[in-house]
Amino acid sequence: MMNFKGARAHKFAESPVLKLRLPAWRSRLMGLLIVGGFALLIGRSFYLQVLNNEFLQEKGESRYKRELEISASRGRIADRNGDVLAISTPMKSVWALPAEARLTPQQTQQLAALLEMDAKELARRLASDKSFVFLKRQLPPEIGDRIAALKLPGVGLDKEYRRYYPTGEMTAHVVGFTGVDDKGLEGVELAFQPQLLGHPGSRSVIKDRRGQIVEDVGSIRPPQDGKDIRLALDSKIQYLAYSHLKQAVSDHKAKAGGAVVLDAKSGEVLALVNWPTYNPNNRERLTGAQLRNRALTDTYEPGSVLKPFTIALALEAGKVRFDTVINCAPGKLTIGTATISDAHPHGALTVAQVIQKSSNVGTAKIAATLQPQQMWEMFDAVGLGQPPHLGFPGEVGGRLRPWKSWRPIEQATMSYGHGLSVSLIQLARAYTVFAREGDIIPLSLTRVDGDPIGATPVFSQQTAREVRAMLELAVQPGGTAPRAQIPGYRVAGKTGTAYKIEGGQYVKKYVASFVGFAPASDPRLVVAVMIDEPGGAAHYGGDVAGPIFATVMSGALRTLGVPPDAPVRMAESHAARKEAL
Amino acid sequence: MIRVNMLLLLIAVFCALGAVTSQHKARKLFQGLEAEQERSRQLEVEFGQLQLELSTWATSPRIEKIARERLKMRVPETGKVINVAPEGAAR
Repeated sequence: MMNFKGARAHKFAESPVLKLRLPAWRSRLMGLLIVGGFALLIGRSFYLQVLNNEFLQEKGESRYKRELEISASRGRIADRNGDVLAISTPMKSVWALPAEARLTPQQTQQLAALLEMDAKELARRLASDKSFVFLKRQLPPEIGDRIAALKLPGVGLDKEYRRYYPTGEMTAHVVGFTGVDDKGLEGVELAFQPQLLGHPGSRSVIKDRRGQIVEDVGSIRPPQDGKDIRLALDSKIQYLAYSHLKQAVSDHKAKAGGAVVLDAKSGEVLALVNWPTYNPNNRERLTGAQLRNRALTDTYEPGSVLKPFTIALALEAGKVRFDTVINCAPGKLTIGTATISDAHPHGALTVAQVIQKSSNVGTAKIAATLQPQQMWEMFDAVGLGQPPHLGFPGEVGGRLRPWKSWRPIEQATMSYGHGLSVSLIQLARAYTVFAREGDIIPLSLTRVDGDPIGATPVFSQQTAREVRAMLELAVQPGGTAPRAQIPGYRVAGKTGTAYKIEGGQYVKKYVASFVGFAPASDPRLVVAVMIDEPGGAAHYGGDVAGPIFATVMSGALRTLGVPPDAPVRMAESHAARKEAL
Repeated sequence: MIRVNMLLLLIAVFCALGAVTSQHKARKLFQGLEAEQERSRQLEVEFGQLQLELSTWATSPRIEKIARERLKMRVPETGKVINVAPEGAAR
């Protein structure tokens, strides 16, 4: 501060002229303004940093903080032995922002070569006026890396998953397939969608200038990979069934076919095949006929394969014994205005022979001793008329009309499998009643460890055993299906040759089927085979479906290591021959 | 007094340098961890691809084709199969 000594005397640097006589309020005003300015600044910074700090914090974070998605993959589907049936593997998709993608002709050439595209087509796409275009999706990762190495402006890569089905058409109907965005569309992929689906996680990180992750901030949400599904399917048995069914359909010039293999002990579905089928890895030309999972979604009139159930009910009710004689002559039976006839007329047959020879007349006569309600309850108990509850898309229950509306002729036809409809898998499941000791268990697509739960008794053990013995007769010489025999094993089963209905009328088209189980001494497997419209010389179930049953069953028994139960005649004779030599 | 202050300053400087180095080390380690995690993800992907490859090579149709065509194998005829009773089984 200046020191004023006197008004008159002044120093060199001072001049009275320069002396200002300012009013005191001006300096105070200035001081006030400056203080006010500061207050304003402090207030603003308080507002920005304390009261309303989100905006700036967000801006700041956006410079270094990144939200990363951690991808999760869809679960695998494997068969009972762990062989993979469906698996997802990451692929790359290449996209471009046409506005930013200014490539030299040479770069376009390079990119086109890697994408296996025409350079002109690529240039056309890059010139499009959309803001974002996919150049190619589902590229192998190696090619993706090479494209990334080109460092092209405006061209980027995304990770996406592609589902592969190594077993292809063999398991197509069971496994099904997914759409582009990992959504199950058919089969197990659809049925187990919630379990298979993975949930991506996320983490927020701090990245440095070079794009490297420096630090995790906040909490990490871990990704949840989809659960792996272990099916009950055995891919060896599935292949056996698939290849033999395919062969048989072409041999017999049939329209379609299906086969089911069940484990009678656990209720597991070991194989389920249909023909025609499709390749799930390449679904460009798919037709509805190929897609249909016939064994589950198509119902048909089963025909004679239902006879054992009627007989079992009559045995259970004490109406007949296995050796009761039924007069089946002259091979015709008239009920009301309709006549039932046998394919080959028989004379007097025992109940066991009715099954062995598959006599419609005999079965209808036995059924006449039963009440409609009794029959309906039995059909219902073995699962006819209700979906098998496998959780499969499109499974059907077939048709089983309420017993109150049955006319006597209908009761008679139903006793040998006409006038009601079933799917192949229902039929196979119904036969587990005889393969087990008279009880029925729920089916399972997935592996069952331990004993199955929910076994419901239908017939007594005694009845099941008697019917099993009768069914063994059917595959022996004199029965309807001697070609269903398997060397080394005792087999039991029943043929079915049913007329098809078209437009409410029975037409001269057939469904040939065979359902059986082995080994008969302690049944392990149930195999059901159905051939739709065999067009060759043979159309009987025993000739068309029987041999398929035999090959599939013998292969499956061998695969599972089930010991033979037939008398070991051949081994002994072989040993004897050796000794003789 | 001034000596105490100098000492405190020195300690403060050391602490600051320590904080800087430990931060640097932490980031180095974090990057290492990140790289390893990335590697584990890569290996998992590779495992999936190998599994896919394995099951593609091991499909039953392929095995049968090789057995038939290259190894000239065939299914024995029914008459040539001899069934033997498993050991210990009752005759």
